[in-house]
Amino acid sequence: MNTVIASITFRQMLSRRRALLLFLLPALLLFLSIGLRVSGHSDLDNATMLLTQFGLGALLPLLALLAGTGVIAPEIDDGQIMYIMTKPIARPVISTTKFAVAVVLVVAFGVVPIFVSGIIMTGLTAGLATGFAIGALVAGIAYCALFIAIAVLSRFAVTIGLIYALVWENLIARYASGAKTLSIRQWGISVTDLVTDATAVKAGVGTSTAVPLLIVVTVAGVAYAGWKLRTLSITGTE
Amino acid sequence: MSVLEIRDVSRWYGNVVAVNGITMTIGPGVTGLLGPNGAGKSTLIHMMGGFLSPSSGQVSIDGQRIWKNPSVYRHIGLVPERETAYDFLTGRQFVRAMAKLHRLPNPEAAAERALGMVEMVEPADRTVGTYSKGMKQRVKMASALVHDPPVLLLDEPFNGMDPRQRLHLMDLIRKMAAEGRTVLFSSHILEEVERLAHHIEVVVAGRHAASGDFRAIRRLMTDRPHMFVVRSSDDRRLAAALIADPSTRGVELTSGGLEVEAVDFRRFSLLLPQLARQADIRLWEVAPADESLESVFSYLVAS
Repeated sequence: MNTVIASITFRQMLSRRRALLLFLLPALLLFLSIGLRVSGHSDLDNATMLLTQFGLGALLPLLALLAGTGVIAPEIDDGQIMYIMTKPIARPVISTTKFAVAVVLVVAFGVVPIFVSGIIMTGLTAGLATGFAIGALVAGIAYCALFIAIAVLSRFAVTIGLIYALVWENLIARYASGAKTLSIRQWGISVTDLVTDATAVKAGVGTSTAVPLLIVVTVAGVAYAGWKLRTLSITGTE
Repeated sequence: MSVLEIRDVSRWYGNVVAVNGITMTIGPGVTGLLGPNGAGKSTLIHMMGGFLSPSSGQVSIDGQRIWKNPSVYRHIGLVPERETAYDFLTGRQFVRAMAKLHRLPNPEAAAERALGMVEMVEPADRTVGTYSKGMKQRVKMASALVHDPPVLLLDEPFNGMDPRQRLHLMDLIRKMAAEGRTVLFSSHILEEVERLAHHIEVVVAGRHAASGDFRAIRRLMTDRPHMFVVRSSDDRRLAAALIADPSTRGVELTSGGLEVEAVDFRRFSLLLPQLARQADIRLWEVAPADESLESVFSYLVAS
């Protein structure tokens, strides 16, 4: 970890226009959960549906995509990363710091709002809010690792990430049960299921599969990003 | 005193060869890396800056390999061509951050010293995004100088600068060299290189075309045969008058006018108007046919 790189990255992430999305998505979740609460529909089933479909299904992967790619991809694109890379700092330190920043952003704008949304709807009943918060945390970490690895690998990281989150996880994994095994979202739900007593939470993947895969994706993603950054070529404008 | 060594370096992208078997040694003082756009200058600088691996050959500084060796950045300061430099930070924050990344014992003092060197202390509290091109170039320079490196690499530093900013940066580069640094800058403009560098390396189409004292290379460039297109009120008579003088080696009468090959540039340029006046011929157009940098360079390569 390098605090200078971290603070520059934070400022960069929060000063961009697309940082607005970081605020908008969680605001929408909180708005919807307040709506359910006020209208008297905030039972465990509805809360589970909102947190699964919108919280883990949309908010979390999109935030992680914004954060995971945003902490490094634009800097590689515009060559600004040169200023960090021309320092006597091991390259894996750079990528690990970027990863840590992405995780902090996902926690602040994804995990915390998911927890608060759970509390608003169901209080501490059945450990639903805590379960979703922990599920979102582990899934968010894995998403960030995956997206940062894609960001140093390809210029089309955002597109690839969107295809994974929207097409693979939301479409293919819904109909093909085998595809669920390779869905970070499902791994997150599996961890949520482990923590909460609510029967409405139904995991498509067992914890014995989900937890090792979460660890593998996280470790592999961070390690790959560091390795790739060591040999990252920046070509000129000619 | 540091020396950059490029030994038999090639770099290709798929089937495209960007740099082809270049060997050069760059020592203290100002060295200009000259070549037309797309000649491979940036590729070379990127390899010297450790952003690109040579496909073959070795790039080193004082015997240490540069690629995959971040410790060399203690000795190298790099000013990239692209303008973006954390536009949301102030100049001072930017240079300080770079000093901290170098883990300097006193980053604040180092940043102030570097800002002072480039005369950017006063606007240092404005954000980089509000700077003019010249100021951005200077603050980038300060960030590259903050750890007092013996080697400074500048990629097209004068691009987009106005004449005043250009002069200022030239003074600064001269000062850096006078302090014993090894300074390399790339440019596609002969006049810039000529005014600044005693030593130049010419790269054309990925190949090392010439190396040495700029005067010698400049002479090669001006002494070469020059091609002109001349249109006049009487091309045939003018052709006869021109070919009678030894400064002209060949004249071709074409539908678009005369194509003249002059071997003595100075003599030819003085002679042409005199001859025209004596023979009462009006000159409509005199244009160099091969003055583009590319043709100058290809002449160098051929010789």
